[in-house]
Amino acid sequence: MRLVAPETVTFTQSGFCPGCGHGLAVRLIAEVMEEMELSEKLLAVVDVACGSLNIDSWRFDTIMAAHGRPIATAVGVKKVRKENPVMAYIGDGAAYSIGMAETMHTAIRNDNVVAIVINNSLYGMTGGQCAPTSLPGQITTSTPKGKDPKKAGMPFRVEQAFTGFDIAYLARGSMADAKGMVQSKKYIKKAFEKHMRGEGFCLVELLSPCPTNLNMTPVKSVERIKNEMIPFFPLGEFKDKKEEE
Amino acid sequence: MGKEKNEKVYTNPVRCKGCGYCIHACPKEAISVSDHVNAKGYNTIVVDADKCTVCGTCYRVCPDYVFEIR
Repeated sequence: MRLVAPETVTFTQSGFCPGCGHGLAVRLIAEVMEEMELSEKLLAVVDVACGSLNIDSWRFDTIMAAHGRPIATAVGVKKVRKENPVMAYIGDGAAYSIGMAETMHTAIRNDNVVAIVINNSLYGMTGGQCAPTSLPGQITTSTPKGKDPKKAGMPFRVEQAFTGFDIAYLARGSMADAKGMVQSKKYIKKAFEKHMRGEGFCLVELLSPCPTNLNMTPVKSVERIKNEMIPFFPLGEFKDKKEEE
Repeated sequence: MGKEKNEKVYTNPVRCKGCGYCIHACPKEAISVSDHVNAKGYNTIVVDADKCTVCGTCYRVCPDYVFEIR
């Protein structure tokens, strides 16, 4: 069992906080790309957020989209580069709040792109404000008394909203432990395989720790994913078009 | 799984940010904080080779690619 992180992500050091989930997600993507021999071809589109720090710390050709619109940009890139795998690498803020219209219309049209959504239940780069995915009672910088579901609504669950659309793949994995990492990698690989076969829109959400903005130690923030986030955001595959046909 | 073909866990302390995921996740409690401080100012980790079974858990949970199993 040889386990060495791909050179596409280890050639330099990242600027992420200690314990940041982006490092984990990026390694999973790089491993999948290496296994599928697509590292040279992948076109990544990143958002204006913590995830954009990857521009310097991965070797994939990368476009930085307008804030919240990486999926729309990825759809455009795919239309002119049909041979290449195209991935939008975004956070929950870009996918479900700022860029909700773009995500929704990509799902309606079933455009052939992969969206990797990092769900840390808040806005990371701007300082930990309340997001649509924040849990009830969660203390953030914009909800100092805890998120009130009567005012702000319950956490947005992508499987409830998007399974009705005719999309190719929808899954949610956790990055809280080794088992979750292995499972998440399988979801990402399946999404890229479907993408390369041209089946349509593939969205994989990954539950991620954000120790800095949750004001927790890194270990407590992964325990929080297991104890608090997974009961709200169940893991698994929710839409797998081919199996249904 | 398990020790085979002289595989070992190699660490690269320069990359370590001291998050402690590996210490928390290691099923054999073979990883601990060392006194060594790297250039970024983080206390790095050390692997006890006698306790280690080379299961790969540390590699999978590390967000900064400190571990290599080869």
